[in-house]
Amino acid sequence: MRHYYKDRIIKLFLQLTASLSIVIVICIFVFIFKEAVPFAKRPGLGELFGTRWVPTSPQKESFGLVPLITGSLVVTVLAMLLTIPFGVGAAVYISELAVPVEREILKPFIEVLAGIPSVVIGFFGLMVLVPFVKSCFGLATGLTAFSGAVLLALMAIPTVTSISEDALRSVPRSYKEASLALGASRLRTIWRVTVPAALPGIMAAVMLGTGRVVGETMAVMMVTGNSAMITFWPFDSVRTMTATIAAEMGEVAFGSDHYRALFCVGIVLLVSTFALNIAAQKVLSKYRMG
Amino acid sequence: MRTYENEISAEEDIAFIAMVCLLIAMLCSFASGGEKKSITIKGSDTMVHLVSNWAEAFMKADPNVEVAVTGGGSGTGIAALINGTTEICASSRDMKEKEKQQAKEKGVEVKEVVVARDGIAVVVNPKNPIKELDMQQIAQIYTGAYTKWNQAGGNDKEILVFSRESSSGTYAFFQEHVLKNKDYTQKAKLMPATSAIIESVSTDEEAIGYVGLGYAVAAGKKVKIIGVKADANSPVVMPSDETVTSGQYSISRPLYLYVPAKTAAEVASFVDFCLSDAGQAIVKKDGYVTVK
Repeated sequence: MRHYYKDRIIKLFLQLTASLSIVIVICIFVFIFKEAVPFAKRPGLGELFGTRWVPTSPQKESFGLVPLITGSLVVTVLAMLLTIPFGVGAAVYISELAVPVEREILKPFIEVLAGIPSVVIGFFGLMVLVPFVKSCFGLATGLTAFSGAVLLALMAIPTVTSISEDALRSVPRSYKEASLALGASRLRTIWRVTVPAALPGIMAAVMLGTGRVVGETMAVMMVTGNSAMITFWPFDSVRTMTATIAAEMGEVAFGSDHYRALFCVGIVLLVSTFALNIAAQKVLSKYRMG
Repeated sequence: MRTYENEISAEEDIAFIAMVCLLIAMLCSFASGGEKKSITIKGSDTMVHLVSNWAEAFMKADPNVEVAVTGGGSGTGIAALINGTTEICASSRDMKEKEKQQAKEKGVEVKEVVVARDGIAVVVNPKNPIKELDMQQIAQIYTGAYTKWNQAGGNDKEILVFSRESSSGTYAFFQEHVLKNKDYTQKAKLMPATSAIIESVSTDEEAIGYVGLGYAVAAGKKVKIIGVKADANSPVVMPSDETVTSGQYSISRPLYLYVPAKTAAEVASFVDFCLSDAGQAIVKKDGYVTVK
């Protein structure tokens, strides 16, 4: 009898821990929407489509999300352009070409890179990368979208590499053997058989990496200069959505328009990362099925 | 058979006890609280040094009180005071009407105490030939009307405008007193910390920034402090203790502590301590200007 209750209690406890994340996700969604919704009444949703983000102004406050969205977009696209070749390239090398000794050395290092706290990467960026970018490209300042993208790529590469590598490894041996038996070279086999077979997994990896990049805050805030301008030029300064929330959330009075506007920014972020994650899961599960 | 069962249950017991212990430990860590009286002070990043030094000296004098100091910006501190999450707010700007209104709505009557004065230094890169600007020129640069240094008597180079984030009291003060409440240019780079402004101005030749005088002096040769003229025909004034106290230097401001009117005895005695001779000596030592 004693055993029975103990088992029940332990099972219940474990069930609670397992389902906690679902509860938390739902709570976050409800909370954020609840705080943001009054913005629709006053000053109105139209305000969010404006082109100026001036949340504290003695003149006229404006809460246009466009510069913040383009800021996040520029940084994300640039970061992914850097991440994909390096991340996938590394995965191909580690899974297909590296000898076991190399793999033993490379893998832990990539994992260490994944574990570096983002504020440390940001600090490195501010002190080392920003002056480097400035002198390298002959710019007036190194605080640019490009610097942010480089740091984000550093953070996304480990994710992309390790998931892509899993995908590449799970391509059946028989595919490669068939290709090699037909006289294709090793590189040709990788390029025409292994990578295409693992493509859905690689795509999922890239999407998860993008999710990480979109949500990253600290490092970006330290190196992008944070000016809320609408620009698509990599060497301009940009203000991302995450940096905006982090920099401004602390000062706002509860319930002000600015406070609501920041929650609207939060919704945009949440929905985009949520969509990316769902898409990645879809692609990944399809790939596992077939 | 029996021994086997016992073994299993012993293992299970250990797991069970461990889990219970963990839970209890978690609960305890939430519930624990000391006997000591504690004060939290939140607000201005500019004042964080100063307030920490006060707190340290105060705790030495009265070991029964624990003072915790955090920064985050004046706006953050004022919001915390209104929401009742801090006992004292350190602020480098005065409370806006809107904030006083919000405090009243929450039932908080707020008392304002000026505890020190600070000058805001305008800094440029040491390689920049500019030595002085008048208030209008600084405003033109920060509102984006001037985009090149030669419009203010310098080189034919783009101006890189550095500012603090909008949560900073320095940001709000600068906007009110220098920009005359106009908006900052959209091109202004908003830096999360004073040290980031100093760092950027020291590396970027075309940069201009503003920081508390104490910080600018501490930065030494990394940046160049420029002289400020009240208007085009006025004499150039360099920021210093004397010019800030006398009011000759145009960009200076009072530093405040905000406390609720009805507050605990230890909070009131902390404020008294800041205004005492010992407290004002710390003000002087930290590079600010005393109020007495």
